[in-house]
Amino acid sequence: MTVTESRPESSSEPPAARPRYRFVGTRPVRHDGLDKVTGRARFAADCDLPGQLAGCVVRSPHAHARIISIDTGEAEAMPGVKAVISGGDFPAVAPGDPNYDMGVNLMARDRVLYEGHAVAAVAALTTDQARAAAAAVRVEYEPLPPVLTIDAALDPAVGAIHAHMFTSGADPAPTEPSNVSQLTNFARGDTEAGFAAADVVIEREFTTQPVHQGYIEPHAVTADASQDGKATVWCSSQGHFNVRAQTAAMLGWETARIKVVPAEIGGGFGGKTTIYLEPLAVLLSAKAGRPVKMVMTRSEVFRATGPAPGSKFRVKLGARSDGTLTAGKAQMAYSSGVFPSYAAFLGAWTVFESYDIADFEVEARNVVLNTPRSAAYRAPSAPMSALATETVVDELAQALGIDPIEMRLRNAVSEGAINTLGAPFPRVGFTECLEAIRDHPHYGAPLGPNQGRGVAAGHWFNIGESSSATVNLNEDGTATVVTGSPDIGGSRASMALMAAEELGIDVYDITPVVGDTESVGFTDITEGSRATFATGMAVVEACRRVVADLRGRAAKMMGVDVSEVDWADGSAVHAGGEHDPLPLAAITAEAKKTGGPITVTGSLDAKGVGPSFAVHLCDVEVDPETGVVQVVRYTAAQDAGTAIHPSYVEGQIQGGAAQGIGWALNEEYIYDGDGVMENPGFLDYRVPVASDLPMIDAVIVEVPNPNHPYGVRGVGETSIIPPLAAVANAVAAATGRRIRDLPMSPVRVLDAIVNSGSDSTDSSSSNG
Amino acid sequence: MSRVHVTCTVNGDETEFLCDGGQTLLNALRDELGLTGAKEGCGTGDCGSCSVIIDGRLTCSCLVLAPEAQGAAVLTVEGLASGDDLHPLQQSFLEGAALQCGVCTPGILMAAAALLDRNPDPTETEVRYGLAGNLCRCTGYDKIVRSVLAAADSQRTTSQRTNTEETA
Repeated sequence: MTVTESRPESSSEPPAARPRYRFVGTRPVRHDGLDKVTGRARFAADCDLPGQLAGCVVRSPHAHARIISIDTGEAEAMPGVKAVISGGDFPAVAPGDPNYDMGVNLMARDRVLYEGHAVAAVAALTTDQARAAAAAVRVEYEPLPPVLTIDAALDPAVGAIHAHMFTSGADPAPTEPSNVSQLTNFARGDTEAGFAAADVVIEREFTTQPVHQGYIEPHAVTADASQDGKATVWCSSQGHFNVRAQTAAMLGWETARIKVVPAEIGGGFGGKTTIYLEPLAVLLSAKAGRPVKMVMTRSEVFRATGPAPGSKFRVKLGARSDGTLTAGKAQMAYSSGVFPSYAAFLGAWTVFESYDIADFEVEARNVVLNTPRSAAYRAPSAPMSALATETVVDELAQALGIDPIEMRLRNAVSEGAINTLGAPFPRVGFTECLEAIRDHPHYGAPLGPNQGRGVAAGHWFNIGESSSATVNLNEDGTATVVTGSPDIGGSRASMALMAAEELGIDVYDITPVVGDTESVGFTDITEGSRATFATGMAVVEACRRVVADLRGRAAKMMGVDVSEVDWADGSAVHAGGEHDPLPLAAITAEAKKTGGPITVTGSLDAKGVGPSFAVHLCDVEVDPETGVVQVVRYTAAQDAGTAIHPSYVEGQIQGGAAQGIGWALNEEYIYDGDGVMENPGFLDYRVPVASDLPMIDAVIVEVPNPNHPYGVRGVGETSIIPPLAAVANAVAAATGRRIRDLPMSPVRVLDAIVNSGSDSTDSSSSNG
Repeated sequence: MSRVHVTCTVNGDETEFLCDGGQTLLNALRDELGLTGAKEGCGTGDCGSCSVIIDGRLTCSCLVLAPEAQGAAVLTVEGLASGDDLHPLQQSFLEGAALQCGVCTPGILMAAAALLDRNPDPTETEVRYGLAGNLCRCTGYDKIVRSVLAAADSQRTTSQRTNTEETA
């Protein structure tokens, strides 16, 4: 079989200013692709061990209840049952412990805190037996009133879910516990003076509901605990070193007792940066003395794993008649489910981050509810904050008669602008993204009846963190590149491309591998758009040391000093030209005579992240009879820094846009009055399908990050930030109605069309 | 519990397996036959990850009981390639970068294969509706749709060439 490189048509060509690379920026067929189109690729649920048991979790039917008793006797006596565990089998955790939230979330102790909360787990010979036994675990509950909305959580009269939770960040420190876990304040300048200097001030309220990451692969794990007190865990995650650390912490084990082998991961989007099943499976396996496999149902995924927070904001912006933003004020609340999170902090950081606003005040609260503990979802908190800011900016542009791109160009942050945290921006490509959309044929294209066009921007800071990579040269001159970063979107291909560029050998002569926790150095989670950036840097560092080694060996073989040997196009070249170039394969063939195997590990904590910007352009058509919104054209420009593998950069842009469109139009957690989720399945929690979407034109903007050897910024997250506002602005353009409560479901849109909409309830003032 | 003996054709091979009466075909393929290409994304027929072709018809194997496969011809992703030759859809998905995490890919390939079997020259809209029962959360479907259209194109070119050669 042969696989060939291809270069599909793309609207993005590398800018002339960028260095021309031999491999970086090309589009080879990804190395793991063949396994994925033939069914060979092994995802978490595809791992089976001889003699394995099936595990099943007993989950709470109540959103909030005291556990009076758990009786496992009947379950333990059932056919095929080999082990039953509950909260008492785990190390005790006390409020305030760093492990408290995760430990209680894994397995309820004295209370259940949301519908779907794990109460016990069973391992049996077959799945049917395990389910039957799980149903036979008798749990006696005393129901407690659940806290289900942000408004309720903010109400001091509503009792605190956690008696030990006092709002952090509040000054003075509170003396009473509350459902506000954390408060973030940012301020700069004189906000009142800033608003006074504005010609137009617009203030609006927004709400969004929790949405799920919606990865197609449910959480699954197989654990094999052995009699020596060790365990091997096969699972899919965004970071297997993190799974190891968290599982060890939850069990009170030393890290070295656990080995985690990464399976292919069937989507994560932030939702697989934490653990749910792994310690349960290890404990069941240890108790039963046999391997245990656990696979969540889709309903369990919805009810017990990471939705993104819901939100409720009031955002106010002022602008002069020339479009200059003068002041901003944001009051924000994020609901992070039953435990605290960093959601409010991230929302407060990102809400005004894209624009150079002299005076602002941001106050953000993180509240807890009796709903599942929220998890990261692609640029956590920023899609909601951008919905607010980008809608108000759009309305300001409209009020001032300024083109929405021009409005943003006048205020866009650029190098040197001071960000919300007080640090200067490095070189960023926001202006270039705005110009790319302005200059795109889509921007001026005619619209049909009932259609409208919306534009919105988004920013994400991206992160660095720790990565390791090992480069092994094989005897015949091929190479293996082992990293610790789970590949969630084509990063193996990117690693191979960067290694090929460094070593000067063909990209298909490099085998990129994701190593297990005992086969490669520590590597942080694949999150924060960091894999190609940070792990790529580790690969490049390792390759450069390999090249240094190769030059030294070539010098030996040539009988010259290493200073006379350069590396070019995959060969050691003698500067004087007296010796023929030695290709890499000629050097590896002689490795035994020149010092032994050639293998190098690069490990680093990556600094110099490149913030990322995106601008999206959306056309919708709204059916005035039904309120159905169809996205009919979509263009997304994003600064990738440098696109290592442009196809997968486009894929990240397109995928994030599609998720954002789903968030805008369809997706939401729906609870009944008791806090029971009413739509825990893909039929009722509707993610976009192929017929819901148009082609998504991904425009790659390349403003290289000067701190990365190839200019990478990272591309995974920013693409989900603009769509909520881009769609909302397009719906407003199509209908003349502003809908500020997501999702913009047909009922809500129809209501806005038929009734007067929400405009009259918000304040908009003109100082002029 | 007594097990049910099922005889059917899987990917062209006559196959026998034992299953429970209430076991889904998906679980029988995965657990009894070791064919783990089809995935369970939901177990309720909403995501299409378990798509297989039974007697020429695209089916969610999570909604079919294994004993119902008695006498049927089942095609899974593992049977899509012919020996060393990839199916044109597999080739176009690789070249068109139509997969990211890849967990929906087996199901989408089967849905696309079923579509091209009944409609060798689909429009973009027909491809989108043909794949509407298959969720992909990574790609936004853009490259998937393009790759299905490209595979249709290459299949038609190949069959035209074959026809021409036969006529000549």
